[in-house]
Amino acid sequence: MAVTVRIPTQLRELSGGDSELALEGKTVAEILGALEERHPGFAERLHDDNGNLRRFVNVFVADEDIRFLQGVDTAVTDGQTVSIVPAVAGG
Amino acid sequence: MAHVQGLRCRECGRDYDIAPIFTCEWCFGPLEVTYDYEAITAAVSREGIADGPASIWRYADLLPVERGHAVDLGAGFTPLVRADRLAAALGLGEVWVKNDTLNPTNSFKDRVASVALSKALEFGFKTAACASTGNLANSVAAHAARAGLRSYVFIPSNLERAKVVTTAVYGGNVVAIEGNYDDVNRLCAELAGTYKWAFVNVNVRPFYAEGSKTLAYETAEQLGWETPDHVVVPVASGSLLTKIRKGFDELHHVGLLDHEPEVRVSGAQALGCSPVATAFLDQSDTIRPVKPDTIAKSLAIGNPADGYFALDAVRQTGGGLAAVSDGEVVEGIQLLARTEGIFAETAGGVTVASLKRLAEEGVVTRDERVVIYITGLGLKTLDAVEQVAGPTATIRPTLDAFHEAFDPDQIEE
Repeated sequence: MAVTVRIPTQLRELSGGDSELALEGKTVAEILGALEERHPGFAERLHDDNGNLRRFVNVFVADEDIRFLQGVDTAVTDGQTVSIVPAVAGG
Repeated sequence: MAHVQGLRCRECGRDYDIAPIFTCEWCFGPLEVTYDYEAITAAVSREGIADGPASIWRYADLLPVERGHAVDLGAGFTPLVRADRLAAALGLGEVWVKNDTLNPTNSFKDRVASVALSKALEFGFKTAACASTGNLANSVAAHAARAGLRSYVFIPSNLERAKVVTTAVYGGNVVAIEGNYDDVNRLCAELAGTYKWAFVNVNVRPFYAEGSKTLAYETAEQLGWETPDHVVVPVASGSLLTKIRKGFDELHHVGLLDHEPEVRVSGAQALGCSPVATAFLDQSDTIRPVKPDTIAKSLAIGNPADGYFALDAVRQTGGGLAAVSDGEVVEGIQLLARTEGIFAETAGGVTVASLKRLAEEGVVTRDERVVIYITGLGLKTLDAVEQVAGPTATIRPTLDAFHEAFDPDQIEE
C-alpha cells in the first residue's frame, strides 16, 4: 500500500503524463519529498524561494485542505489520496 | 476594438498569449489581461463614452473583448444615487449608493457574465459554465440563453430557493453540489480541465473579472468624471474590490480624469466568512481559508482566489475591512431599505453594516465622499428578512378593525 498522489494537468509534463502516482511517506512533506525524488522538478514549482508551499498551491489530504489540518506536517496513511490543486479560481 | 496585449501572471510576471487559461504554468498565480494603454488613450474620450450604449459596453475600449461579439442583456450603467438619509443615520456627510440591483438579472454579476460570454463566443466555445453562490448562476444561465450557448451551472445545494428558480428558468443545466462553494469550486477546477467549456470563473476568469472594472468607470462618469474619496465593497473572492480599484486607476491612466485618483478602498465581509478581514485585523500576511457559516451566501467563499490582492488594495489605499454578524446584516438590509428605498440582498446588508462599523471606527469619515456598492437584489434572499418584515397588522376589512389595530389618536396624516 502507498499514498495516491493526484497530479494536476499543469504538472503532468513533470510526471511523464501520469495523473496519479503511488508514493510512500508519513506526512505531506515526506510525500512531496518522494515526489521530487521520483520526478525532479516538482519542488521548485510547488515551493517559493523560502521553501514554503506557494500561496496559490492547494494541497488536499482525503479531500480536506491541509491548511485546515497541520499544513505540510499533516499525517497521511496508506490508501489515502493527496491532491495537488493549483490556483483555485471562482468568485 | 479591444486593445489587449496578452495575459500576465500577477505573482511572477510571466507573459502569455490570449487564450482561455487562468493560471501561470510556473507558479500557479492568477493571470490578468494586459492592455495597450497608449492605444486606449488615443481611442477614448468622455464624449465618445457618453455617446455609447447605456450599458457596460460604452467602455468597450477598456474591456478585453472585440466589438461586435457582445452578449448583451443590458448590464451596467445602473443608478448612482445620493443617499442623504442613510448618511444622516450613520453620522456621515456625503454617501452615494451604486444600485447594481438594477441589472438584467438583478446583480453585478451581469457585468462579468456579459464580458465572459462575449469572450467565450470569440474563443469559439459552445457551452458556458460556472461555479456560483447564486448570482452568477442567474446571470450565466440568462446570458447563455441569450447567446444560444449551452450552460452548466454548479451551485452549493443549500442555496436560497429563489436563486435556484431564477437560474433554472433559463433552461440550462443546474447542478446542485452537496457541499459548500469551495467544494463546488474545486470540482469545477477539475471539470474545467476535463471538458472544453467556457467556465466563466475558471478558464475565462481573467476576462470575466475585467467586467467588474465598469463599476469604477460608471461611478466616476456619474460623478462628473470625479472619483470618490472612499469606496466600500463587499468581498467574496476579492475580485470585485480589486477590479474597482484598478478601474479608477485605469481611467486616470488613459486620460479620462483630471486628477490622479486617491480612492481609499474598504472591504465588507460577514463574520461567518471573513478570511480577508481576519488577516487584515490580525495584521497577517497569510489568509487562512475558513468554512463559511453565514446568511450572506453570495459572499460565502472560504478560500478567496483574490484575497491577497484585495488585502493589498485595502492596505495600500489606507482603507479598512469589517466583519459583521448575521444580525447586523439583517439590520443593514433594513437600514438601506428604510432610508433609501433600496432592497438589497444579504451581501448589501453586509456592505451597509460594514459602512456603519467603519464609520463608528473612524475609518470612513464625515468629510469623505463615500460610494458603497450594492451588488444584488433583496428578492433573491427573502429568507433573510422574512422574520422581521411582514404585515404591520392583519385585520378584517372594516374601519372598526382598523381602529382596533391602529389607535385613531395616534394615526398621523
